[in-house]
Amino acid sequence: MTATTTAPVILDVNDLIISIGRKPDAHRIIDGVSLQVRQGETLCVVGESGSGKSVTSLTVMGLLPKKVLVPARGKITLAGEDILSASDRRLRQLRATTMAMIFQEPMTALNPVVPVGKQIDEVLRAHTNLDARARRERILAMMEQVRLPDVARIFKSYPHQLSGGQRQRIMIAMALVLEPKLLIADEPTTALDVTTQKQILSLIRDLQRDHGTAVLFITHDMGVVAEIADRVVVMRKGKVVETGALDAVLRAPTMEYTRNLLSSVPSLIPRAARPASSEPIVLQTESLGKVYRQRSTFGAAREVAAAQNVTLTLRKGRTLGIVGESGSGKSTVARCIVRLIDPTSGEVRLAGQDISTLSRPALRPHRKRIQIVFQDPYRSLNPRVTVGETIAEGPVNYGVPHAEAIKRAGELLELVDLPADAIARYPHQFSGGQRQRIAIARALALDPDVLVADEAVSALDVSVQAQVLDLLDEIQTRLGIALLFITHDLRVAAQICDEVVVMQHGRVVEQGPAGEILTNPQQAYTKQLLEAAPGRHWDFANFRPVAMTQHDAAAPV
Amino acid sequence: MAVDALPDPSLRITPRRLGRNLLRSNPIIAIAAICLAVIVLMAIFAPLISPHDPQLLAPAQRLKPASAEYPLGTDAYGRDVLSRIFYGGRVSLLIGLGSAVFSVVIGLVIGLVSGFFKWVDAIMMRIMDGLMAIPAILLAIAVVSLSGASLMTVLVAITIPEVPRVARLVRSVVLTAREEPYVEAAISVGTSLPKIMWRHLMPNTVAPLIVQGTYVCASAILVEAILSFLGAGISPEIPTWGNIMAEGRAFFQIKPSLIFWPGLMLSIAILSVNLIGDAARDALDPRMKQREARP
Repeated sequence: MTATTTAPVILDVNDLIISIGRKPDAHRIIDGVSLQVRQGETLCVVGESGSGKSVTSLTVMGLLPKKVLVPARGKITLAGEDILSASDRRLRQLRATTMAMIFQEPMTALNPVVPVGKQIDEVLRAHTNLDARARRERILAMMEQVRLPDVARIFKSYPHQLSGGQRQRIMIAMALVLEPKLLIADEPTTALDVTTQKQILSLIRDLQRDHGTAVLFITHDMGVVAEIADRVVVMRKGKVVETGALDAVLRAPTMEYTRNLLSSVPSLIPRAARPASSEPIVLQTESLGKVYRQRSTFGAAREVAAAQNVTLTLRKGRTLGIVGESGSGKSTVARCIVRLIDPTSGEVRLAGQDISTLSRPALRPHRKRIQIVFQDPYRSLNPRVTVGETIAEGPVNYGVPHAEAIKRAGELLELVDLPADAIARYPHQFSGGQRQRIAIARALALDPDVLVADEAVSALDVSVQAQVLDLLDEIQTRLGIALLFITHDLRVAAQICDEVVVMQHGRVVEQGPAGEILTNPQQAYTKQLLEAAPGRHWDFANFRPVAMTQHDAAAPV
Repeated sequence: MAVDALPDPSLRITPRRLGRNLLRSNPIIAIAAICLAVIVLMAIFAPLISPHDPQLLAPAQRLKPASAEYPLGTDAYGRDVLSRIFYGGRVSLLIGLGSAVFSVVIGLVIGLVSGFFKWVDAIMMRIMDGLMAIPAILLAIAVVSLSGASLMTVLVAITIPEVPRVARLVRSVVLTAREEPYVEAAISVGTSLPKIMWRHLMPNTVAPLIVQGTYVCASAILVEAILSFLGAGISPEIPTWGNIMAEGRAFFQIKPSLIFWPGLMLSIAILSVNLIGDAARDALDPRMKQREARP
């Protein structure tokens, strides 16, 4: 992190324009982007989806889909060599030796049918003259460097046998094995849990320090930016909005867009607690459990407990958050509560009535009292059904005449801030945030007592996320609905929840009021989660570092 | 990755776009479509355009070469070959279309139900496995010889072995589609199972079924001709392309055109249907096209 302004420039992108097709009036995906990365420096390109940050990195790698996206103007210089005019052959050489890339999803970037060691070996075989033994030694050394355990075993492992974090380490090892001058990291930690993300970020930083690599780091997450960047480029709609040193951009953003972007990042400091509620309990689970049994013909059946002994209480008009990393069982609990899957033990009581063992027909009248909003707004709406019909589906199922249900759908669209003419349109005509509003309207159409939001804002851009959170808050105030909010994002939990349940490996680790859990956690795991939250020492919305509270005074900032 | 961009509308398939893509993608498809249209018109208007009664025996005129009165000559019983080919197209197309429709409908129902209910799946798919293990022609010959040769039995005999393929296809589509969040969302708003199948699952199967349907159609036309040729199909006095060829076989050395013309029609019809099926597959599956665009 000690890049000086005198270090040589490794990557120089100058006034780059990328358009769709060759026509002079074609739409520009990238419109006049200039950026520089110096040796040993980390440049973070940050922006929302569609800002062109990934296209920029693909252009540098020479990986643009040919004839579809065309560089119309500008120059990219990598260590003195012009990339845009380089031949395919030369680019192939450069790609391993001078620049390397790691991707968001290591599972799809790795070949599933080749052991990972052999995949790294392919890079060395193609670009060096080392013999088999020397290559193996170098690979094992590289694997040690990315802090993989038991490297000899992992060398022979297939990607599916490794965890997400280990796979990303393999990708990093593969990228760095030839000591490239430039490393492009395109959202490398977005698919990982926070604790793993923290490890990968510090790994990239350490390797960069040891090797003097220039890093072009692409992310949408301001927290990650605060953790890793030396300098920041903010992009929007293919243009550079603002560029500057990390501190300058976070403390004193000059552009309106950057300010808004930073203000949208939810704070880790929990919002002021609402007074304790004495409203009736609408949802209660009593030692809820879900065990998956895998029967096998030979030997004993394998059992996996996805959730065990989960007891929680939700009152009318309140928000309960379930937080945890992937595999913690938080979604299993949500799906058991909505009875999309059947719990294997315990009770789910909706307004006092246990619904955990009801048969399908007996469950029907209770279904309308608890509704769910899913994570991915692109898959949770049937692409072949109009928005109006989607929203009206629930009420029609419960005997509301069709015309009336459609009329009500129109009112609901208004409630979620969508234009009334949305009713006759199809989901593909809406953006992700708008679709999530439609999904919320669908859930509200049945006037439920409880709304379960399963990672409902995780797939959205940060500014859209803020709007949807505001919407949920407003709906809660207006309708007095109870929210069960499942999220992996502690920032979101801090801003919306009254109570928080922390889960790990299917068990509840800690539960209590959000204010207490998120500022003064008692359990080691909760502390670990909080510590791993990226950028936790920055209060983005107020453009300053977080004032130290007692519990993190010990942690270095 | 954050998602907030509008998805590419070009991935949506409208009938008009489908048709345009079909023609633009390949001029051969246009030729195939025209050929098929001609054959269909020929079959429909056979009574109007046929110069003679296809079943009228005229022993005096047997094995005549092509002439103004008999454009393609006559067969061993003096029947006009051209008229018989026109009428033969009716049987072939009827069998092709009929078995495509029946196998798609039956397969759709079996596939939807087995995709959704595990216990039905276990039973149904074993039955389908069993059916697939029997060679189609053998099964058809057995069915026809058990219940007599009529258009209906031949149709049933040809449809049965096609059903498992369609059912498996639908089942696999349903198995993936039922995991989609929008199906779960429908469950949670209390939508009944039949409605979920009809409204949320069935539309996913339409595109693959159109493609599969064309293949079934082509293969049914061929199987019908084979059955007729083997003498296990529709009774010989009714003109079908297979029957004409079967009768012409004995006179192949004297008059090869007896086999040539119906054979040509058969090849063109099957080739056209298959080409259109291929084009439909390419047009309905955007991934195929992207693969071609990227060398």
